[in-house]
Formats: sequence, C-alpha cells, structure tokens
Amino acid sequence: MHIQDLALRFNNIRQHEGYEFDCQPIPGCPDVLQITATNLDPLPIFVTITEQQILCIAYLWTEEQILEEHRLSLLEALLELNVPMPLSSFSKTADKYLIFGALSIHSSFDDIIHEIITLHENALEATKALQPFLK
Amino acid sequence: MNVMQKLLTALRSSARELGDAIIDANSTRIFEQEMSEAEHHLQEAKQELTSLLAKQLHSEDELKKIQLEIKKHENYVKEALNNKNESLALEIAEKIASLENEHAQVKQTVIDYQSNTKQLKTLIQKTERQLRDYQRQLAMVKTTEKVQQTTSTISANFSASNSKLVTAKETLDRIAKQQEEEKYKQQAADQLAEESEDQQLEKKLTAAGIIKNNRAEDILAKIKQSQQND
Repeated sequence: MHIQDLALRFNNIRQHEGYEFDCQPIPGCPDVLQITATNLDPLPIFVTITEQQILCIAYLWTEEQILEEHRLSLLEALLELNVPMPLSSFSKTADKYLIFGALSIHSSFDDIIHEIITLHENALEATKALQPFLK
Repeated sequence: MNVMQKLLTALRSSARELGDAIIDANSTRIFEQEMSEAEHHLQEAKQELTSLLAKQLHSEDELKKIQLEIKKHENYVKEALNNKNESLALEIAEKIASLENEHAQVKQTVIDYQSNTKQLKTLIQKTERQLRDYQRQLAMVKTTEKVQQTTSTISANFSASNSKLVTAKETLDRIAKQQEEEKYKQQAADQLAEESEDQQLEKKLTAAGIIKNNRAEDILAKIKQSQQND
C-alpha cells in the first residue's frame, strides 16, 4: 500500500467502527501522515510506509520530562512492559520517547486502523502507568 | 562490526544532531550500488547454471545412448559366436572397445558437469543469502534514518507553526487539568446548591412563623424607646 492510497482511504471513510479520523499529510514530509481519532483524547499518530513495513508512531514524552532520579527505573519498566504490551513497542529517537507498531506492507486497511487505535490506547495507558517517573 | 553495532555507534555519537544522516549517505549509495551489481552477477550465474544443466542433461543422454549401443553390440558378438563367425565377433568387439572408450570420456564430462553445477548452485545459494542479509541491513539503516528524519521534520513543522508536537504525557496532563477544573466547578456548583437550600429552608421557616422576620419592627420599637427616654 502507498501512503497516498492510505491518505485517500482515510479521507473517504472518516468514520470506522465508531471512530472518527482526521488525516493530514505533514508538510515537508509528504510520506508521513498525521492521523487523529477526533472522538478520542487528542494524540496524533504518525504513519509512514518504508520498503518493508508500515510504521505507526506516537510520541510519549521527552528526555527533559523524566525525573532524573527515576530514569533507570523508567528504562527498566519500559523493557519489562515491551512484551506484554499488545502490538506496540517502546523506542527512542533523539530526545523523544515513542511507542510504535510495525505492520507488514501487505496489511489491510482494517489492520492499520486496528493498529492506530491500539497504539493510541497503549500510549495513554503506558504514560499513565509510568507517570510516577515523570515530572 | 555488524550493522546494529554501527547504528548504535552512530546513535551514541555526541556530535550527532537530530535529523543528521545516520550513516554517510554516500556509503549507503555505494552499498546499494554493490548490491545491484551482486544481483546482476547472480542473474548471470543463474543463466550459466541453466546452460550448464542443459549440457549436463545432454551428456547424460549421450551416455545412455552409448550404453545401449554397447549392449546391442555385445548381443551381436554373442550372435556371431553362435554362428561360429570368430572374425566378425572380433570386429564387433573392437567396435565395443571404441564405444567403451567413448563411454569413459562422456562419463568424465558428465562428472565434471555435475561437479560444476553443484559448485555453482552452492555459490548462488550463498550469494542469495548474502544479498538477503544485505537487504535486511540496508532496511535497518534506512528505517532508522526515516524515523529520525520524520521526527525531525515533524518537530520543525510544529515549531514553525507555533504549535507543539503533542506527546502522550501532555495529553494526559491536559486531561488531568480538565478533570481538576471539572472537580472545582462541581464543588462550586454543590456549594451554591447548598446555599440555595439554606435560603429556601429559611423562607419556609419564616412562612411557618418559626423564624420571625421582624427587624423593622424591632428598629421602630428601639427608636420609640429612645424617644421616651429623652
């Protein structure tokens, strides 16, 4: 699936199984879409397609939002939560912590929506659980 | 150093800025070029293998024909001997000797072809595995680059539009703040309702004559009292 096809699908459906979506391309980064489920708590999910996979990313917090004395415990907790957390994994790029899901490029549109909703839920739930380590 | 070690070294480098190419773009291009050449060589090797296999099959076929020919001539020898024709039998035996020579030569050719095709097949499999491994490594490098560039572009984009990249933490903080405001609003509403209930009760008590709203009468009485005193 190409990113343009995905954008068209999102703009055509708007609503899917009770969820409403807003899909915007990122200026300067045409192969990245910002998807927001408008009837959920506002947290954008960024979707991009590489040669091998479809990547869905949500940003969790930045390095400066971590309580320095709890940093190690937080990193351990992230590793421990990585396996039990359904479909998503934690990661970090530069100073930003993120949660992501990787799908096969042959995934269906329904699979992608399922991933986005799951990622949204996991992001907020994990941040809530790890809040004691954050400022 | 494997590709993961290289990625980690690049990621840990203090000089690295967000959005910088993770691995020199030029070397990635050279790597891709090398892979493309390796794929080209692989195609050539496959064509070579096809042609070798065809030659091998042809030689094996030839070998079978010679074997049949030898068998046929052995029967001729037996027939000539049965007919007591010794000289014809010898002549046929000479032919068999020449066929056996030919058989030995073709058999050696078949063995050579078999060994060559086997070597080539192993080489092709090895190259294919290597190429798959290179592709996996390249995908890893490209994905890392892509995520970094995406994050950098998104960050730049949000700061340029005076907006902010929303993280889950900020969303939660905002929800918590909203919930707190809601709580205060509810408390204020409850307090108002309580006060209003108090007022209503007072009205009822006054109406029932339990509480007397007689401030004016009191004031009048007080003034009258002070006049009398004067």
